[in-house]
Amino acid sequence: MSRTLSTTAPPRPTWQGLRLYSPAILVFLGLALVPTFASLGAENYILGLVTRLMILAIAAISLDLLLGHGGLVSFGHAAFLGLGAYTTGILLTEGVFQAELIVLAVIALSALFALVTGAVSLRTSGVYFIMITLAFGQMLFFAASSLAAYGGDDGLTLWDRADLFGTDLLHTRQGRFYATLAVLLATFVVVNAVVDSRFGRVLRAAKENPTRVAALGFDVFRFRLAAYVLAGTICGIAGMLSALQAEFVSPAIMSWQRSGELIVMVVLGGMATRNGALLGALAFVLLEVWLADLTVHWKLIFGPLLVLVVLYAKGGLAALLRPLTAEGRHG
Amino acid sequence: MSTTLLLVQLLNGLQLGIILFLIAAGLTLVFGVMGFINLAHGVQYMVGAYLTFHFYGMTGHFLAALVLAMIAALVLGLVLEWLVFRRLYDRDHLDQVLATFGIILFLNEAVKVIWGPVPLSVPTPEALSGSFFLMPGLLYPSYRIAIIAAGIAVAVLLYVLVMKTRIGMLVRAGATHPDIVAALGVDVRRLFMLVFGFGAMLAGFAGGLAAPIFALEPGMGDNLLIVAFVVIVIGGIGSIKGAFVAALLVGLVDTLGRTLATDTLRLVLDASAANQIGPALASMLIYVLMAAILWVRPQGLFRARSA
Repeated sequence: MSRTLSTTAPPRPTWQGLRLYSPAILVFLGLALVPTFASLGAENYILGLVTRLMILAIAAISLDLLLGHGGLVSFGHAAFLGLGAYTTGILLTEGVFQAELIVLAVIALSALFALVTGAVSLRTSGVYFIMITLAFGQMLFFAASSLAAYGGDDGLTLWDRADLFGTDLLHTRQGRFYATLAVLLATFVVVNAVVDSRFGRVLRAAKENPTRVAALGFDVFRFRLAAYVLAGTICGIAGMLSALQAEFVSPAIMSWQRSGELIVMVVLGGMATRNGALLGALAFVLLEVWLADLTVHWKLIFGPLLVLVVLYAKGGLAALLRPLTAEGRHG
Repeated sequence: MSTTLLLVQLLNGLQLGIILFLIAAGLTLVFGVMGFINLAHGVQYMVGAYLTFHFYGMTGHFLAALVLAMIAALVLGLVLEWLVFRRLYDRDHLDQVLATFGIILFLNEAVKVIWGPVPLSVPTPEALSGSFFLMPGLLYPSYRIAIIAAGIAVAVLLYVLVMKTRIGMLVRAGATHPDIVAALGVDVRRLFMLVFGFGAMLAGFAGGLAAPIFALEPGMGDNLLIVAFVVIVIGGIGSIKGAFVAALLVGLVDTLGRTLATDTLRLVLDASAANQIGPALASMLIYVLMAAILWVRPQGLFRARSA
């Protein structure tokens, strides 16, 4: 416990920092090259797939702030994906085409929803917290399913595209790819900076021992609520990107299975680690694509695989990469 | 809204509440005794319904199919316990959630492979296919009355089992002081297995009962599972009594909400807006109810064990 606080001094942009973040740096370099290679063949498929992957990575990184660093097992994180996607879809349908306005609306609504549901959920802990976040996610799912004016169960096709500051940057697959990459990079930097900050240390300490943190004079509830709002807002933006990329929104984006998949990504990559959520999302999507290529019933393989990972492979991919990153254990 | 329609909806709500209770009871019992959160409880309900369909096809007799399905559900539950769950009792809730999530993915897909993705149905048993005369102008399907009766019978049986028998005493003691129970020489593993198997059988029973009234499709248990979570959170995790009260409450609020929301909104909004918002609002009602109850009592109505 005392090691947790002492070993997490903010890594400076030195050799050590480069080493710590080396997997992520490699991933980002690889992502930046994707459009170049995609132009060699199957461009639409590859750009679409990798953009989807990056969107899920943004969501997973934001979830790790709660799950890994905060020790808060939120099983309703996909609700924010849905909230962002539906806000985008409804605004586009109603004739608001400015992406900068849409993003403001997405941020405001995600933050508000996180504030209200977080305030209720965070009054509880443990299994109650899991079930309540799950229930709130499901609440939004059913609300969207009953929105007959915006597609209901069938979802809503978006016929119009958003303009970014009057430009048609977001109209092409390439443009949306780079926009998503930029948001992913920003999310990665911001979340890691938050984790290193005093705020992040309080959050992590509260995961280990909330009573002691409270005794030190911190209001644990407020710190957790702030983290919940931040994570929800980031995930809302991921939802917006998802709507723009797919040009379609449906309640399926916020099914509770999706929330479960986000948790799987974080755990697969390694909770509360620097690169874990990013790697987890990458591994999850690639695994899904590979298994789905083998058989349509890929879940028959993936389900038992997940059980085995939980039973026998703690620490995720980040643990495998520890010789490379020399990352200190915490959490 | 006529009185008759309101009464019919009350009965529908009661019947939904009973089905929810049968699912929630197993869930809360398993959590109460083992501190184990079993997301796969919903797929066990689904498997119960499919097995009933399967055995009905073989025997042509509903009651026989239901009994066979319960036995098969019990066996499945014990196999899962032996293969996976017993390795998870000491793990944290996140591991339990993830592993049981994996089982959900597997069983939903397995059902799709075995019985196909197309919704199936089981006919209402012959003897209960008629209607029951409740009062002049009010007939209610006999089968639904039978569900309500069966649910109440199970509730009474559970009450007697938990409050009056030696096993029930161990279950109650295990819910509050599991370490002491183990220290007193009770074979906790056997107790766990017993409770788990019983919970799985209840889920299978609920699935079998529901088979003639709901469409059978892969994933049919998932949504009910989450509503069952709402039920046990409201009732207080681990409390059978809480689960019973909360299940009826949720069943009634959900059913009546769907009937009344649009009409109520019409009083303040114009008809088309009410038609739009009504259903969305009604589907959110039970979650708002849960939030409101938790705001006042974060531990639920009847607390049995700290989570």
